[in-house]
Amino acid sequence: MQLKEALQPLDIESLRKDFPILQRMVNGHLITYLDSAATSQKPKQVILALEDYYKRYNANIHRGVYKLSEEATQAYEDAHTKVASLIDASFDEIIFTRNATEGFNLVAYAWGLEHVKEGDNIIVSWMEHHSNLVPWQFVARQNGAVLKHIRITEDGLLDMDHFLSILDERTKIVSITQFSNVLGTINDVKTIGKLSHEKGAVFIVDAAQSVPHFAISVKEIDCDFMAFSGHKMLGPTGIGVLYGKKDILNTMRPFLYGGDMISEVNLDKSSWNEIPWKFEAGTPNIAGGIGLGVAADYLLGVGLDRIFEHTRNITKYALQKLSEIPGVVIYGPKEINLRGGVISFNVKGIHAHDLASILDRFGIAIRAGHHCAMPLMKHLGIQACARASFYLYNTLEDVDKLIEGINEARRIFGYVS
Amino acid sequence: MSAEEMVYRENILAHYREPQNFGEFEIADICNKGLNPLCGDAVEIFVRLNGDKVVEDVRFKGSGCAISQASASMLTETLKGKSLEEVKNISKEDILGMLGIPIGPVRLKCALLSLRVLEGGIVKFEENGVANES
Repeated sequence: MQLKEALQPLDIESLRKDFPILQRMVNGHLITYLDSAATSQKPKQVILALEDYYKRYNANIHRGVYKLSEEATQAYEDAHTKVASLIDASFDEIIFTRNATEGFNLVAYAWGLEHVKEGDNIIVSWMEHHSNLVPWQFVARQNGAVLKHIRITEDGLLDMDHFLSILDERTKIVSITQFSNVLGTINDVKTIGKLSHEKGAVFIVDAAQSVPHFAISVKEIDCDFMAFSGHKMLGPTGIGVLYGKKDILNTMRPFLYGGDMISEVNLDKSSWNEIPWKFEAGTPNIAGGIGLGVAADYLLGVGLDRIFEHTRNITKYALQKLSEIPGVVIYGPKEINLRGGVISFNVKGIHAHDLASILDRFGIAIRAGHHCAMPLMKHLGIQACARASFYLYNTLEDVDKLIEGINEARRIFGYVS
Repeated sequence: MSAEEMVYRENILAHYREPQNFGEFEIADICNKGLNPLCGDAVEIFVRLNGDKVVEDVRFKGSGCAISQASASMLTETLKGKSLEEVKNISKEDILGMLGIPIGPVRLKCALLSLRVLEGGIVKFEENGVANES
């Protein structure tokens, strides 16, 4: 990890050259991409890694004893090591999945269904993405457990008093986002984990938004599982990660059964391969895994502390500029130190979808809708909101374009600015 | 034509600001509501028919984006005096024609929500054959 005083600002101009898509013209304008919380753009290093695999050493892994298969196996396994070093884990604790959603489902099926008993409870929060909510609804219903939700405060923070009031000895799982994809809130997962462990619960972190944005140590957080997606952290789609503590993974039953996850197969029974392969049944997304490893290297090369600093500066600027526009309501914490590079907002009198459509005419891409967090939308008393999210390749000029676009939308809708 | 004119022609905005036939009937022959979960648009339509199954009056209520609400408003304006068979012949193209702006694949769901709601209401009406109480 880098020392704070050694932080150099990003060389944004040369960094942007790594992302070919940023040269794309949309509706006559150079694209302004402000939807990285949905999916990040990809640097050419990642794109080339996919091409290189398919062009030079495409072969199945863990099978062939010929050169190509050895190269593919090595590259795919190395990718696990690279991702492990990104979150301070060890190689065999990194399971490649399709995405964060599959990671949660793996834990839900292979751990949750086995250990959650009737009358137990599972705790999530109001600010969870559907991916960290719906699997637990399933486990709770299946096993007769109760699903509880930590409330959020008016400032968009987790209500820790409420958490303490619902956490008890029957709590088997606590699964919380580290960085809300709607509110931008950064949660103190270390404290939540400590409290959960004191009651004997397993603690899971949704790191889909956090891994792309800041330096993370699973050892320091002391979580039992952590799930995230590759495509939000400069990697390809269709590849994600579940981290699990070695001791727990070793005692768990598999999630999917089939090829590559076995050590010995008889006609009537089989024994399981070592971790992580026990949880990676069938031919995996080899190219995607290799690409994800390259993405992890890229992030480490730029430095996550610098990326965090960069997006925080942009977020700060955007919060200020947005709040100057009449009729703009911003959701989430007011305090910049409690939030990351995501801003959800509404403009009075303009539905978020109309706003997004108008911005698109100027090549500006933002998200509009419920952001896969319908219970949170209900809590905020809105049907939808607009969301701008920032990443390492964004600039202050991108924010200026967004503000200009919003003012244009207000003019079109007849609100003089 | 400037960018904004392409997206929101003035009459879409006029319908959005002052929707026609906005409201509800307690008793209607055709009554149905629907949601567009993608953006949270909601539209509910109420149609009264006379003895010859001709649209006597119509109301709608709802909330959501300009495209969904304006297309619902425009749709209700065309219904009065049409026979049920004529109403059933209203097509996707008719709605897009009324809106008169290019609608992308994502926003198509907004634009066609009211038509889908109306079609669903007609199916229910023909299955029951009696007036619905809302």
